[in-house]
Amino acid sequence: MDLSFSAEEQAFRAEVCGFLADKLPPELAQTVRDGRGLSKDNYERWHALLNEQGWLAPNWPKEFGGCEWNAVQRHIFEDECCRAHAPRIVPFGLSMLAPVLQKFGSKQQQDHYLPRILSSQDWWCQGYSEPGAGSDLASLKTKAVRDGDTYVVNGQKTWTTLGQYANWIFCLVRTDPTVKQQAGISFLLIDMDTPGIEVRPIILLDGTHEVNEVWFTDVRVPVENLVGEENMGWTYAKYLLTHERTNIAGVGFSQAGLAAVKRLARSQMHRGRPLIENPHFAARVARVEIDLMAMSTTNLRIISGAAKGQAPGVESSMLKVKGTQIRQEINDLARRAAGVYAMPFASEGVEGSNEAPIGPEGTTHVAAQYFNNRKLSIFGGSNEIQRNIIAKVKLGGGA
Amino acid sequence: MNFDLTDERQMLQDSLRRFLTDRYTTQVRNDILNSDTGYSTEIWAQLAELGIIGALFTEDQGGYGGAGFDIAVVFEELGRAGVVEPFLDSAVLGGGLIAALGTEAQKTLLEQVIDGSLLLAFAHGEPASRYDLSHVQTTATIQDDSIVLSGRKAVAVNAEAAGFLIVSARENGAVMDQDGISLFLVPADTPGLSLRGYPLLAGGRAAEVELDHVTLPASARLGVAGQAYPVIAERAAAASVALAAETLGAMETATVLTRDYLQTRQQFGRPIGSFQALQHRMADLLIELEQARSAVINAAGHLEGEPHQRDLHIAAARNLVARTGRLVSEETIQLHGGIAMTQEYELAHIAKRITMAEHRFGDADHHLEQFIDLSTA
Repeated sequence: MDLSFSAEEQAFRAEVCGFLADKLPPELAQTVRDGRGLSKDNYERWHALLNEQGWLAPNWPKEFGGCEWNAVQRHIFEDECCRAHAPRIVPFGLSMLAPVLQKFGSKQQQDHYLPRILSSQDWWCQGYSEPGAGSDLASLKTKAVRDGDTYVVNGQKTWTTLGQYANWIFCLVRTDPTVKQQAGISFLLIDMDTPGIEVRPIILLDGTHEVNEVWFTDVRVPVENLVGEENMGWTYAKYLLTHERTNIAGVGFSQAGLAAVKRLARSQMHRGRPLIENPHFAARVARVEIDLMAMSTTNLRIISGAAKGQAPGVESSMLKVKGTQIRQEINDLARRAAGVYAMPFASEGVEGSNEAPIGPEGTTHVAAQYFNNRKLSIFGGSNEIQRNIIAKVKLGGGA
Repeated sequence: MNFDLTDERQMLQDSLRRFLTDRYTTQVRNDILNSDTGYSTEIWAQLAELGIIGALFTEDQGGYGGAGFDIAVVFEELGRAGVVEPFLDSAVLGGGLIAALGTEAQKTLLEQVIDGSLLLAFAHGEPASRYDLSHVQTTATIQDDSIVLSGRKAVAVNAEAAGFLIVSARENGAVMDQDGISLFLVPADTPGLSLRGYPLLAGGRAAEVELDHVTLPASARLGVAGQAYPVIAERAAAASVALAAETLGAMETATVLTRDYLQTRQQFGRPIGSFQALQHRMADLLIELEQARSAVINAAGHLEGEPHQRDLHIAAARNLVARTGRLVSEETIQLHGGIAMTQEYELAHIAKRITMAEHRFGDADHHLEQFIDLSTA
């Protein structure tokens, strides 16, 4: 046992820190630190800076222009990016679609789409969930019917994150309704400009527009946009889901969030003393910090195993449940710390306005974030589905 | 022992529930939430006419209720429907303070408060006071025949719509002393009074209130100089009964919506409510809900009691309801899944009402400390 990082890993961390200090625009970091919404331009600007450095695709093999970093390096990179309040890398093209194309796509698809992902020429979104297919994803109904050298797509996708910015969508569609659900699904790439596609915003409970419904009416998609083989889409989707699980614990987000809670609790007064000195509040902070310290090591144990080539299994589900519990607890602490100033609705948080904040620094967005991050335990496989997976593997029974 | 409502309160509950079920639909409420005023003058007038404001005042004051149980009945129904109109601020707080401290001349305002034509707001909390009722930095100084107020008040709910603000200010003593605090009746158009208004996350509006040498006649003072604290504490206790009851009603709606959703939402070829893991979580919520109902009854039943016992039961109820409220709002959203994250779904607003009630007159930790102090005193 040795809990320290190797000399090479420490040197790598220093390199990442140096890059962030030089290249991360301070105003972008401030936006992230304040918890304000990021615009499409904000994301693209950060992607371009990372791409210039050759660091936009940490998980891609070098042959496709990636870093081919191992799990420990990726962890260090994500950790430092969170600490520096860098915007997150939008995952849909880079860490969800790209691994599927690299593994199952044609040479032609790889050559065409992968460089366009790196250059931000294409913005991808994910067409998985449907109104009737949430936790039970395999029951999806959007259908694609072959007609000559095109598929005709009809149906509806939902919870499409940042779909309003996307020009391409990767979709799971039903191509064979006669077989077992999982066996009749295909993986299609669809240009959002194709006639028959309509994107409708869904406004979330905190007033933000980050997800959408995407409707398909007789949308004609060339057959060359099929990834891999027809009716093999479920296999590819499962492969994609394992990649979605990287950084699933969100340790960096939790550390940044906890630091923000402490800053706020030092400035807020309670009975004439800083709130951080209040035993009840301090106990809440301490409990979550203790949980986070342990989870951070669980995360490193799994990452270290992955760097040695061990495939993470049920541990991903464990990290998802514990990681989201911790992040949500931190969001709860932040709204508590804000006191009465959690009550105002920060319309300026939604996008763009320059109005002065109403409450003290660090209070403006905490309540909205508390509500927004209830999504963490719902999306990406709800925590109930993760518990089913854990129970199935560990208890051997059905889900 | 009798836990039934009196006939009068039963009628009050029935008529209010019927009105809100018919008239305060999700669509109506969402339009109110999107409006510039943050509340509906029409609904307000209709509810006043129905006697809902009058139910919050005693007969002496011009109403027909005013006890803890009246407040609890009204606010449970308001909470059930997610009502955002300012009953707490205008009636329980504003009207209640005038009724408790006002001269006969000042109390003539109550008629308009009860008929709904005059709205009030209580500007008491300050940027540094958090939930501490005696923390008042705003000053009141006597100059000749006048009183001059200077300071800032934080998150004064309903201040923009109010014809008068009831403002607390210190006439003597140190910042956290209970002694030395007075209340003043400040007309909304008084020079030196300025508001910065904004919408609230859970509906309604509030304002930051700036008092820059607001000059008032001595007749604007409510009650005896420097002696307002006990009345502020009593009205804060009444507000806590209202908030706990409102949260109870909102939790009832949250659990009903969730029960219905579990029975209708199909995944894996069956209703998700058929999964035992979810059934047990729903059962836990229903257990906690009954705990909350009893805590609200305890608090309401002690509102007219001796202050120490009153505050002990209020602190207990608000701590318990805050804990239950968090559990219910988070679990009902989780049991629904994504649909409950959308603004237009009923539960989203209800969950926000539950959560934001904890930010008025003390959160779970504040009331835990109050309880410890009072039970060891």
